[in-house]
Amino acid sequence: MISYKDKLFKGITYVASLFVIVFLFGIIYSIFREGLPLFNVVSIKEFLTSTEWYPTHAEPEFGIYTLLLGSFYVTLGALLIAIPLGLGSAIFISEVASPKLREIAKPVIELLASIPSVVYGLFGMAFLAPLLREWLDLQTGLNIFSSSIILGMMVVPIIASMSEDAISTVPKSLREASFALGATKWETITRVVLPAAKSGIIGSVLLGFGRAIGETMVVLMVSGGSAQIPKSIFDSVRPMTSTIAAEMGETVIGDLHYQSLFAISIVLFIITFITNLITELVFLKRSSR
Amino acid sequence: MIVRKTKNSLGIAILGLMLFFTALFLIVFLARIFHMGYDVLSWEFISSPPREAMTAGGIYPAIIGTFWLTVVSIAVALPLGILTAIYLVSYGKPRWFVQIVKIAINTLAGVPSIIYGLFGMAIFVNLMKMDVSLLAGSLTLAVLALPVIINAAEEAMRGVPHEFREASLALGATERQTILRVILPTAFPNILTGTIISIGRVAGETAPIMFTAATFYSRRLPQSPFDEVMALPYHIYALMTEGTHAAKQVPIAYGTALVLMFLVLSISAIAIAIRYKIRKTRKW
Repeated sequence: MISYKDKLFKGITYVASLFVIVFLFGIIYSIFREGLPLFNVVSIKEFLTSTEWYPTHAEPEFGIYTLLLGSFYVTLGALLIAIPLGLGSAIFISEVASPKLREIAKPVIELLASIPSVVYGLFGMAFLAPLLREWLDLQTGLNIFSSSIILGMMVVPIIASMSEDAISTVPKSLREASFALGATKWETITRVVLPAAKSGIIGSVLLGFGRAIGETMVVLMVSGGSAQIPKSIFDSVRPMTSTIAAEMGETVIGDLHYQSLFAISIVLFIITFITNLITELVFLKRSSR
Repeated sequence: MIVRKTKNSLGIAILGLMLFFTALFLIVFLARIFHMGYDVLSWEFISSPPREAMTAGGIYPAIIGTFWLTVVSIAVALPLGILTAIYLVSYGKPRWFVQIVKIAINTLAGVPSIIYGLFGMAIFVNLMKMDVSLLAGSLTLAVLALPVIINAAEEAMRGVPHEFREASLALGATERQTILRVILPTAFPNILTGTIISIGRVAGETAPIMFTAATFYSRRLPQSPFDEVMALPYHIYALMTEGTHAAKQVPIAYGTALVLMFLVLSISAIAIAIRYKIRKTRKW
């Protein structure tokens, strides 16, 4: 009974879904093919642990330790800002706020998540950095501190909207049982609601981490761009993503510098891949419970 | 009891403070972009090309560039995304293949946008010899938008009640007829919402088009898919980091940011409004 048209249609959808796999392998293939040849010249250990990043010198050095450090400091700073603000806002919106405020706050948060990162970068570069430099009497406003603030504010909507989802799926009966036992609102939030929504909240933080460490435009414009080991949070850094974006234009296809930027992207890919995997495990745990 | 009550009020006050800080930052942020951008906004600004080495004139070519990048990338990603979602929801066999597709979707969704840029440069620009062009940039953006569209379409189609499908099959319709005439039309508004959200995302991306499509300065509009294009997000970045007349370029960057934000936010607002309406009127 099944006509050739039905078979053909099924075949087309099958082929279409192959594309996702092809694209993923295309990405992996391209960054490894262009990046791996670097390790014929530089050892992996030296690449990861050397603090010397001088790709354009006559005797070039390819050590990304300072770039890794830059990425991690900025991401850590962003999360230190985004977790309390995002989670606090989410709890307030779903547990304390009036239904009217909730109706407004939810879509506004979703809307904010769609603001392009380059606009955040512009705000950080043209407004926040000069302001901080003047207020705190710094050499440059483009540093770990300012980029953490901007990056953090970019991650807030992600953490807020996802953890709000997790919190609002906690059954109402749990809260009612807690109130019936005489617990206050605060006790109910900290001892009943948050533990019940734990895996979703951790998931939202991991997603925020992946987003922050992979973000390019904000750190490219606001982190200052010097490849050094920072001594304070007011020093400039050069995260991995901004190094790739800033230097790719200077390279010649296939030269060592070009290969080294692809090698950085391999490191970045592995970090986000592992984060993704952990996130997935956290969520899977929830859905199988 | 007093200790517990104080703790309660204090805790809730802190939560409120967190929301207040978030709101405060966003108000300052939006006010700054709007205020600075509004000063340079004029009909001439959005309808004429840049002049005098980017220190004067408008952003018309960048608006057109972003328009074409978005249209071409969605035109590629939307059919692929919907067909993939149909496969996952309606056929879904063999199981192991579905699992692999799902892992691929989730992994793609987490890849940093700069890596999409490198991929596009290595494959589309260099290997396939498209050069830095509208086409290479659009294809790169299409790959980036694909996981978002698949997830939206899949969720929309799973939201269609089983009875719809069973009723259609019971009437003697084939699987294909059921999908095309019952499930897709029912899921359409939700697919639309997801697509609109991905349009907003694609229009605002900078890193993927840096090495695949964007050019800092071009007075003329793209004549073919193989031309370089100006684009709004890249224009903001270029104004802030290249050129020598910062005092004249920064206001133009703010103006460009305002136009880009207006486009992206109004697109997203439409999507959110549609979804809100569906939730209210849906009867199942």
